[in-house]
Amino acid sequence: MSELAHATLARLGTMLDRREVSAVELATLYLDRIERHRGLNAFLDVRPEQTLAQARTADQRRARGETGALLGVPIAHKDVFVTRDWHTTASSRILEGYASPFDATVVDELARAGMVCLGKLNCDEFAMGSSNENSAYGKVLNPWDRDAVPGGSSGGSAAAVAARLAPIASATDTGGSIREPASFSGVTGTKPTYGRPSRWGMIAFASSLDTAGLLTCTAQDCALAFNAMLGFDPKDSTSVDRPKEDFTRSLALDLSDLRIGVPTEFFAAGLEPEVDAAVRAALREYEALGAELVDVSLPNAALGIPVYYVVASAEASSNLSRFDGVRYGFRAKQYDDLVDMMCKTRAQGFGAEVKRRVLVGTYVLSHGYYDAYFLQASRVRRIIADEFQRAFKRCDVIAGPVTSGVAFGFGEKSADPVAMYLADLYTVPSSLAGIPAMSIPCGFGRLGRPIGLQLMANHFDEARMLGVAHRYQCATDWHARVPRGY
Amino acid sequence: MSLKLADVHRIAHLARIEITDAQAQETAKQLNDILALIERIARVDTAGIVPMSHPLDGVQRLRPDAVTEIPDRERTMSNAPAQRDGLFLVPRVLE
Repeated sequence: MSELAHATLARLGTMLDRREVSAVELATLYLDRIERHRGLNAFLDVRPEQTLAQARTADQRRARGETGALLGVPIAHKDVFVTRDWHTTASSRILEGYASPFDATVVDELARAGMVCLGKLNCDEFAMGSSNENSAYGKVLNPWDRDAVPGGSSGGSAAAVAARLAPIASATDTGGSIREPASFSGVTGTKPTYGRPSRWGMIAFASSLDTAGLLTCTAQDCALAFNAMLGFDPKDSTSVDRPKEDFTRSLALDLSDLRIGVPTEFFAAGLEPEVDAAVRAALREYEALGAELVDVSLPNAALGIPVYYVVASAEASSNLSRFDGVRYGFRAKQYDDLVDMMCKTRAQGFGAEVKRRVLVGTYVLSHGYYDAYFLQASRVRRIIADEFQRAFKRCDVIAGPVTSGVAFGFGEKSADPVAMYLADLYTVPSSLAGIPAMSIPCGFGRLGRPIGLQLMANHFDEARMLGVAHRYQCATDWHARVPRGY
Repeated sequence: MSLKLADVHRIAHLARIEITDAQAQETAKQLNDILALIERIARVDTAGIVPMSHPLDGVQRLRPDAVTEIPDRERTMSNAPAQRDGLFLVPRVLE
């Protein structure tokens, strides 16, 4: 049965269509794998009876003649998407046992397309982190090497897809939280244009950056699911009102017309030789497939990290003020008065990294510092975004590394917040610009740990970006490798 | 500039996060490291640049002020740490 579990979403859809397998059989298969690999700690909440009920409904819909690429295919959701039938905690103690009265729009859209939910996935607390070590419910192991972090913040999503505990998982990206774990865990991770996926029901971290996306086995699988997942949502005030698109339309893209921009700043000092070699080999593969490589420049991309830690922390300090022990979640057991209750609740309910960012955010927004920090950061953000626009005048997509090295070991960076922040050097600039970006597997480095290739495209150009990724995946098999034992 | 212990206590109070003196010591060091990283943006010439608050320069969309859905009050309130008769309970604030 492991062969079936290794199938792509596209293949599972075809098999369901031909009645070679039922949604209930698929759900049972993946639930069994989730149970068998509980040691990875990828899942926070699994409820087989709810999953099987959804699978039976999908089978009934097919029996009534309904079709669809996603109808009956299982998916697991990152624990920052609220769900009615599974608890939602954002991996924080402060939301332990939270039962949402509604489903996030992303969850709802995929469910309406017939996807069957397998449960909720571990992540860094409130999606803040690059290693998944910040979860209140324990670290997630990397299926390729259990001594390595799976990446973060969507570490559970990446590990689950890498170990084929789910053929696809939802995730969120604020500064690299989809692409970095995709790279570290050897799977395909895609962040669409900011504003395309709904943020309704996605627990807010930094609202001008938060973007829902997917971890999948292939770019094609991502395109199929984006068709259902992306679209205008009147409930999200920053949702972009554009007509629905077919994101599979460019999968047969002819690369001979394609110009790939290679930012020189992404290949400077600090990039480890094995990552440099794997990414350059992938670029040569693209040349062999007919694409033209052009040098582009993103001179201020390195300022992305400081800009990000002002903007994201400021927005986080505002968004997380709602967790005060009054309306939901954890409340401290002992306190003197209302303010003391809030202070103790937040001190005990939030983890160290979340508190750090709330404090940084509070400081940069405080009286006397707002102009120097927040406004200045927002101006530099535009400089970085404008540099992407200049680059896209010379190329169709931009390619480069996702991370400077392969997955690091547990504890290697957790004592030094700034070292951890710098892990997002190559992913943060595109998040600030709000453009689509993805990581696809392109090799392996030391200790057999995966390496990813990053592709970035201009606003609303994700169909072409997915096509570019798909052509590479047709010519190589890095994405098809599965870690031993899974 | 560098944050002192008193600054950390002030920020923590603004953020409504209780912090001990020992924690404030450690936090001051970490926040100063982070601020040193952030300081790099101070040197950038941003004269004439409009701050970017939305990646697509979108503006707040408004909707008609009309009831569109009725929340499930019971289920929503079931998440509250303390409640009675449809009200959230907090420590007494008025004597």
